[in-house]
Amino acid sequence: MIRRLMLAVLAVALAVPALAQDNSIVVASTTSTQDSGLFGHLLPLFKRSSGIDVKVVALGTGQALDTARRGDADVVLVHARSEEEKFIAEGFGVKRYPVMYNDFVLVGPRGDPAGVGKARDIVEALRLIKAKDASFISRGDRSGTHIAELKLWTEAGIEVASEKGGWYKSIGQGMGAALNTASASAAYVLADRGTWLSFKNKGDLAILVQGDKRLFNQYGVILVDPGKHPHVKKAHGQKFIDWLVSRDGQGAIASYKINGEQLFFPNAADPNA
Amino acid sequence: MPDNLSALDLVLTGDPALFAIVKLALLVSLSAVLLAAVIGVPLGASIALSSFRGRDAVIVFLNAMMGLPPVVVGLVVYLALSRSGPLGSWGILFTPQAMVIAQTILVTPIIAALSRQTIEDLWLEYRDELMAMEVGLLRRLTTLVWDARFSLITALLAGFGRAAAEVGAVIIVGGNIEGFTRTMTTAIALETSKGNLPLAIGLGVVLVAIVLAINGLAWALGRAAERLAG
Amino acid sequence: MIRFEEVTITAGAVTVLDRLSLAFAVGGPTVLIGPNGAGKSTVLRAAMGLLQPSAGRIVRDGEPRRAIVFQRPTMLRRSAEANIRYAMAGVDRTRELLALVGLEHAATRPARRLSGGEQQRLALARALARDPAILFLDEPTASLDPASTKAIEDMIRAVSRRGIKVVMSTHDLGEARRLAGEVVLLHRGRLVEAAAASRFFDAPQTLEARTFVAGELLV
Repeated sequence: MIRRLMLAVLAVALAVPALAQDNSIVVASTTSTQDSGLFGHLLPLFKRSSGIDVKVVALGTGQALDTARRGDADVVLVHARSEEEKFIAEGFGVKRYPVMYNDFVLVGPRGDPAGVGKARDIVEALRLIKAKDASFISRGDRSGTHIAELKLWTEAGIEVASEKGGWYKSIGQGMGAALNTASASAAYVLADRGTWLSFKNKGDLAILVQGDKRLFNQYGVILVDPGKHPHVKKAHGQKFIDWLVSRDGQGAIASYKINGEQLFFPNAADPNA
Repeated sequence: MPDNLSALDLVLTGDPALFAIVKLALLVSLSAVLLAAVIGVPLGASIALSSFRGRDAVIVFLNAMMGLPPVVVGLVVYLALSRSGPLGSWGILFTPQAMVIAQTILVTPIIAALSRQTIEDLWLEYRDELMAMEVGLLRRLTTLVWDARFSLITALLAGFGRAAAEVGAVIIVGGNIEGFTRTMTTAIALETSKGNLPLAIGLGVVLVAIVLAINGLAWALGRAAERLAG
Repeated sequence: MIRFEEVTITAGAVTVLDRLSLAFAVGGPTVLIGPNGAGKSTVLRAAMGLLQPSAGRIVRDGEPRRAIVFQRPTMLRRSAEANIRYAMAGVDRTRELLALVGLEHAATRPARRLSGGEQQRLALARALARDPAILFLDEPTASLDPASTKAIEDMIRAVSRRGIKVVMSTHDLGEARRLAGEVVLLHRGRLVEAAAASRFFDAPQTLEARTFVAGELLV
């Protein structure tokens, strides 16, 4: 009797995904994009127009690209141009399409112990943080945000690898975890505006530095090369990409707002993006 | 699932996303426990009744495997099921089946180790009589498993508790895909990372309540059955 | 039916049976008597085939079907009738056996909830379910009150009358007198004296036998 029950359960458990498999694609994207809530807004619109289910696996940018390298995703949507171009150069991606941008903001305790609010730009702000030994939380997970953060430290002339464990805390987790940690320990953290706006545990944190051109954060979408992984759902994947850069998709991106504030800015038509 | 409502509101309004998450969590964990029982109970019982060189080492190993870290199991299963891995052609990464496989691996040692101990204890009691009745090995196995069924159910519940509570394995092999591989624990992890701590805790309370209810049900059924059987 | 030829059985450093030779032949009940530690239980278990001799051999003519009722029988975790049915060899005689041991009223009750005397009777029914040619009983009435003791003894007599060879041990000399066709006195793993019951009690040959029958301690 138990055996029969088990077979029934297995049959159900195995049948359900089999049905969804055929009209779906797996998109490897980033936790910041997921945490912002953008996919919850976009994907139903895409499903309605194409009938395709988009299954988003949210990881850090590095992990997302590695997942695609292993052939476990059909499309990648991340925000680290240098990494994306490397991905294509290695032969794993077909073509990079710019999709949208948002920006990073430097977030910290309202009391601003390092005085970054007075800095002229982000580079000076980071130098102030090191000078004052103020706590800084880094995602440390090879994500787009982490890569951007490292570039900024380099520009500020600061070698953070040697500061780990002191004022510079590398936690190896996503944006939400980093914000939680910063909120709980009154520290500074570089966040993407999308996640920040939708984050619900801000506590005493506030945006202290923004607007610097260096904080510009570009998103790109790439189809995984079927040449490398023949099982990739090429047609459906390309449909998703085409929709994202189309007027409908770009419009949907622009219309996503939290408390009236737009999070992402479509720029698929920008030749420099 | 709207994240501006409390978990209680979601329950009371019958939020479909919440119910989908609960349903998937139960389906995955219960399937894993059933599979683990099919493998683990005979395995534990066989070890209990047999003697062979290295038996002690096997028992120690089995007991130790009860503490397998879920995230490690998840990682190993992920690499195995990845398209670039040995079982990639199955194409079941990021699906509920992968989650069932990972949890089955986690739970089988628990059920096997606890079954072994339970059966061994009962064998000590039954040994004289069963040997006097010249009962063969297969019949011994079925008799002991049947007569020990109530204790074995507890082992199954322990396995279920482990499966329902873990997040490390299912989030890696399932991908926490909304509407597809999101379970209670992965949803809690997500809401936590979104800073939505009250909702995360609320979901946690819902999860504990469900596990409590299942244990209560198992207990009541067990008592009723016990009264009939003796 | 079963013959012990110079059988020695050791348990660790202790010699439990010491070059013991005896035989159980078809006929009335054989009753083993002797002080604690004499080896009575060991003889029954060895004859049953549960223990192997370290020296000597046990010969069973034609491998007779045998069953044993242990001193403290273990009930399976099921009903009384299920216990009997579990052991049944051949045609289902559960009802009949329940009636024989006077437990029809408790057929569906969980066996473990029966009283000590009832469990002993159930163990007897279970042993008989195996349709044995020879039935071993290890101190079957040791922990029972007089009423239960009488019930068991009556059943043993009934079983013997059916042609089943009974081999039992007992502490109770009176019981030995009541039931025995043949008496076997064991002491420290050795056979002291074996004789037909009347001859044993009326004219014990050995000093030990005379001491034991007189109710004195055999050290």
